[in-house]
Amino acid sequence: MSDAPLVCAVGSGQMPKKLYAVAAEFPNPAALYAAAEKVRDRGFRWWDCYSPYAIHGLDKAMGLKKSWVSLLTLIGGIHGLVIGFLLMTITSVYVYPIDTQGKPYFSLPAFVPILDLLTIMLSAIFTLKGIIVLSWLPRLHHPLWEWDLFNRATHDKFFVVIEACDPRFDEKNTVELLRDAGGANLTFIGEEE
Amino acid sequence: MSYFTPSTTPADPLNRHETAEITRARQELVREPYVNNGRSAAWVGDHIASVVENPAPLWWYIAVSIAGSVAGLAGICIVYLICTGVGVWGENKAANWAWDITNFVFWIGIGHAGTMIAAILYLTRQRWASGINRAAEAMTIFAVMCAGVFPAVHVGRVWFAWYMAPIPNANGIWPNFRSPLLWDVFAVNTYLGVSIMFWYVGLIPDAAAMRDRVKNKILKYVYAVICLGWRGSARQWANYEMGYLMLAGIATLLVITTCTVVSSDFSTSVIPGWHGTIFIPYFGVGAIYGGFCMLIILLVPIRQLYKLQDIVTLRHIDLCCRYTLLMGLFVTYIYGMEFFIAYYGGNPNERFTFTDRVYGPYWETWVLMMVFNCIIPQVFWSKKVRRNPWLAFVVVIFPSIGMWLERYVIIVSSIHRDFLPSSWGMFYPTWIDIFTFTGTFGIFFLMYLLFIRFLPVIAIAEVRSVLPEANPHQPPVIIDAHEEAAHE
Repeated sequence: MSDAPLVCAVGSGQMPKKLYAVAAEFPNPAALYAAAEKVRDRGFRWWDCYSPYAIHGLDKAMGLKKSWVSLLTLIGGIHGLVIGFLLMTITSVYVYPIDTQGKPYFSLPAFVPILDLLTIMLSAIFTLKGIIVLSWLPRLHHPLWEWDLFNRATHDKFFVVIEACDPRFDEKNTVELLRDAGGANLTFIGEEE
Repeated sequence: MSYFTPSTTPADPLNRHETAEITRARQELVREPYVNNGRSAAWVGDHIASVVENPAPLWWYIAVSIAGSVAGLAGICIVYLICTGVGVWGENKAANWAWDITNFVFWIGIGHAGTMIAAILYLTRQRWASGINRAAEAMTIFAVMCAGVFPAVHVGRVWFAWYMAPIPNANGIWPNFRSPLLWDVFAVNTYLGVSIMFWYVGLIPDAAAMRDRVKNKILKYVYAVICLGWRGSARQWANYEMGYLMLAGIATLLVITTCTVVSSDFSTSVIPGWHGTIFIPYFGVGAIYGGFCMLIILLVPIRQLYKLQDIVTLRHIDLCCRYTLLMGLFVTYIYGMEFFIAYYGGNPNERFTFTDRVYGPYWETWVLMMVFNCIIPQVFWSKKVRRNPWLAFVVVIFPSIGMWLERYVIIVSSIHRDFLPSSWGMFYPTWIDIFTFTGTFGIFFLMYLLFIRFLPVIAIAEVRSVLPEANPHQPPVIIDAHEEAAHE
């Protein structure tokens, strides 16, 4: 078994040395949606659907909770507001007070535009970071990329992948589940040790 | 035959009359599809990616060399200005802001429409915008870069420009945060930064799609780096969708803030003609007006040259023209209101400035501005004009020029005759003024041409997600108004 390939079609009699997941292909979003509901109802946790574009309502069909990105946006915004306030207050009042047209050193109304802009800037940075980090990116390699067909996941194919580390994973029954849900090209995906 | 006119003919046994009326009404009600001819998701991807994958057409090389040469003109002018001094521009003591700030406001305004389409139309669920938002956002970024050239070099000693940044320096000097000109520094930088982030987030899935299809090893590597290893998993999409929504909200706020800050450069002063609260909406709608015009100028040739008519449909052009018309009506109202307030406010200086705009030495620019911005876009009331892309292309050239003239009228005609008649004078642009401005068009089009060559010009994933087949709750049925009409 030492020269077993990383990707083996189900039924070919071969198995990767270390199993990462079992994957199935679906023809369209409706089929993917139905399959996602079935897998969700079996109580799987370590699994995912792959599609070339965001499918409306798929997160519900998968039983996913609301994304945490919006919280990071809020945190970023608060950071921007506080940093902006301290930056302007400390420099204009204590470090380098400039007397312009007799305006008070601490002139909050005149600080509002920059407070607003710094809030926007930092919340945008945190949002971008949130999208990247919460999606476990950047990533240089992934076991699924060993599978030739997976190239189509960004083009016209839809996949359900159930990982072997899920406590409910069972080689035989999980394959059956995906087959019953209408999956084609069932494949075992291995990972390097 | 009007739909509401009751039929005078006696009841037709075959009910033919009613059937025809109902058919017509149904055709009116059927929404035009987002993508024409029932194209599939795979077709959308192949077609948009083919723009990048196929060898560059001859016209692209010609266009790049022209744009590159013109951009070089701006480079030479800027180097000459830095070596010599700001005096090479035509500014003088009464008119100490002229073409530089006009060009700055002109370019920053063009940027606003891109954010408007990508963010505000996204928030308001105008899903047709997915077909043009990438092109519009790219326009934003490049326009803001062109805008940034002018305030950066007009400070004179550009090697001290970093004094504007709030960083500790050896002299212990900090910027004056109460100055609108410093707000401007923050606004432009934030606008550029957030626009790039927003654009980049939209680009991640498309870069992944390009990574999975290009054959060239180097390009594959570049796209793989841009997409950060995106796989398109549902968990990633959930974060992506939420993040995109957040960024759309942030960008909407930013559009309003940026046009407010740019208008504050003027309205916080006490110059007659500038000191008005109307300046904030004025700059906002003016910016979006100019931006939509520029967008039509960019989209019409691109859809023709790359045969993207099924994705950037006539409906897209139609809707952009309607926005242009709406913004044109807004600016017309504001022009009228400015004159009314100048009259009704009773301030003699204000009245003088507005009389001077019409009867003073700059009356031609004012008349051209009114004709280009208020009268010519009225042709967009006609559906025939809106649905004729090349005609729309010709029409929007006029408000594009008109919006530049508007900023020129606001800036130069307000300050060339100030409170002290002994300092009155005229502003005449020098060759350096003219070449620098022309050169920024070169920079803009050069960057745009490089963008359409190397990145998907239309957001592939977003256009796919508005196709009928992307709806998981319906079997893939393709509705096409024209086809349905043909059947019935």
